[in-house]
Amino acid sequence: MRLRLKRIFDGLFLIALAFAPFYLSAYHLSLLGRFLALAILSLGLVLVWGWGGILSLGQGVFWGLGGYVLAMHLKLVSLSPGDLPDFMMWSGLDHLPKWWAVFNNPALTLTCVVLLPMAAAAVLGWLMFHRRVGGVYFALITQALALAFSTLLISQQPYTGGFNGLTDFSTILGYSVNGPNFERGLYWVTLAFLVASFLLCQWLRQANFGKVLVAIRDGESRVRFLGYNAMAYKTVAFAVGGALAGISGALYTLHVGVISPAMVGVVPSIEMVVAVAVGGRESLTGVIIGTLLVNWGKDWVSSAIPELWLFVMGALFVLVVTAMRGGLAGLVEIPFRMVDSRRHKKATSANSVVAAVEQTEAYKA
Amino acid sequence: MAEPLLKVEDLTVSFDGFKALDGMSLQLMPASVRVLIGPNGAGKSTLCDTIIGHVRSVSGKVVFKGKNITSLPEYQIVRKGICRKFQTPGVLESLTVAENLALSARHHRECWRSFGRTLSGEGRARVDETLELIGLAEKRNQLAGELSHGQKQWLEIGMVVASDADLLLLDEPAAGMSHGEAAQTAELIRRLSQRHSFLVIDHDMTFVEQLEAPVSVMHMGRLLKEGTLEEVRNDPQVAAVYLGRVKEVASACA
Repeated sequence: MRLRLKRIFDGLFLIALAFAPFYLSAYHLSLLGRFLALAILSLGLVLVWGWGGILSLGQGVFWGLGGYVLAMHLKLVSLSPGDLPDFMMWSGLDHLPKWWAVFNNPALTLTCVVLLPMAAAAVLGWLMFHRRVGGVYFALITQALALAFSTLLISQQPYTGGFNGLTDFSTILGYSVNGPNFERGLYWVTLAFLVASFLLCQWLRQANFGKVLVAIRDGESRVRFLGYNAMAYKTVAFAVGGALAGISGALYTLHVGVISPAMVGVVPSIEMVVAVAVGGRESLTGVIIGTLLVNWGKDWVSSAIPELWLFVMGALFVLVVTAMRGGLAGLVEIPFRMVDSRRHKKATSANSVVAAVEQTEAYKA
Repeated sequence: MAEPLLKVEDLTVSFDGFKALDGMSLQLMPASVRVLIGPNGAGKSTLCDTIIGHVRSVSGKVVFKGKNITSLPEYQIVRKGICRKFQTPGVLESLTVAENLALSARHHRECWRSFGRTLSGEGRARVDETLELIGLAEKRNQLAGELSHGQKQWLEIGMVVASDADLLLLDEPAAGMSHGEAAQTAELIRRLSQRHSFLVIDHDMTFVEQLEAPVSVMHMGRLLKEGTLEEVRNDPQVAAVYLGRVKEVASACA
């Protein structure tokens, strides 16, 4: 029954999201669109952190890789033939570097949006899981990576646009990136990616892969001593999480029309984790709602009192970690669990009566 | 004479200079039970850890089914057919009882083969069989984290059995069990010893007696004595290092 209720809720939620362009104002629709793009990253964190138990504070790196790859393509197609991007000219470059030029190809760009962050996550994951780096150390290393990545982007101004990042896009695949029609279309594309990512994660969870992954979270050495190569499972989970982060970053870049180092550093990476914790890190639907709420809260608080947001975020994190570990999804679970345990008690007491009767009969015989 | 299933030859393990194993040798035939006893710190658990690859040896080797497995990664040693139960119950709490068993009953444990959803018919049969064996059939869909301590012990023994490994290493399987439960466990091990070999570590002499198996006594990382429980009990050397200490402890407590 619980599963059916959940399905009904998911269905209604999806319908509400699908029809949002018809009842939301253009401003709110664009906000919702970018939050849904972020929610794709959150789904990846459910896989990595919620089920795999691997806390990554550096998802901004993979998110940024996806975003920058797409932004490079958008930048190139917005130029007239033979031109250089403006920041390259200011920095004194006289020709386009080769590794920039390849992103002229849209098919290659879209492939790289997924594969580049995925490969980066796979390599990083393998290096660390191979050395059995886990827990707090893994979190710290990934956080340092996020810092290094944003610093690198700022320092390489001739190639990355530096602090200002990449902006001023005009078209994608021949469509103009301005105007309400594009907004609406992009919203549905984002929603489609979100649904596909949701289904992918759910499929992974229900496959044997998901069971092993959760088992690794519960007791990694136990699983290793059952003959499973825990490292391989964790690396795959982390790589899929990276790919989802990349897709999320690319869509977000399209929504806001800019990507900059400030969006990929330590603070955004932690915000992503907070949103997942608030929603309930083991629940796919939960983290989507968590991401929407936290980002809406951020938008609201930081437009009213900008200085307050970091404090609010910190307080939220403390609250979730200390008082409601399951997040919002955990709160929803509570009534179900109460019903369950009551039913369970009844069943066991009935069973023990049966067992007692059987035992006495066995003694008689 | 048949080839031994497991041959431990002159194994030495050193923890920062302290020799936990010091030239330990042991042989185990297929379908047999061996009990490992010895005072605390004798190196019993370290021996199991080294066989399964959790701890690496400085010298010596472990030969299993005629192959040297000393330097294989843990998961590959397990895939060769050795499974170990640790001292503290290590069941996977957010999986159900049946899922715990299914995890160890699966033959294809490689990551790239883990995207299916089902268990082979043979694996399913082994899960059902094991559930009956350990008496948890009624709790198959309950989360392992909700079981009592004794039931977790049984479940973990079940996980080792369901793996269908040829050699099962049990580290204090009867710890925390009542006498009745321990007797049942001994009975279970005796029954299963027709199909698997067991290396059992335990301190509880009543339990060891019930296993009715040859005993190896370890002391200071070395094999001290091998024989039936009776022979070992009457051995003055063993009495000195092992039973003697028990008396010391007993007098210290009194």
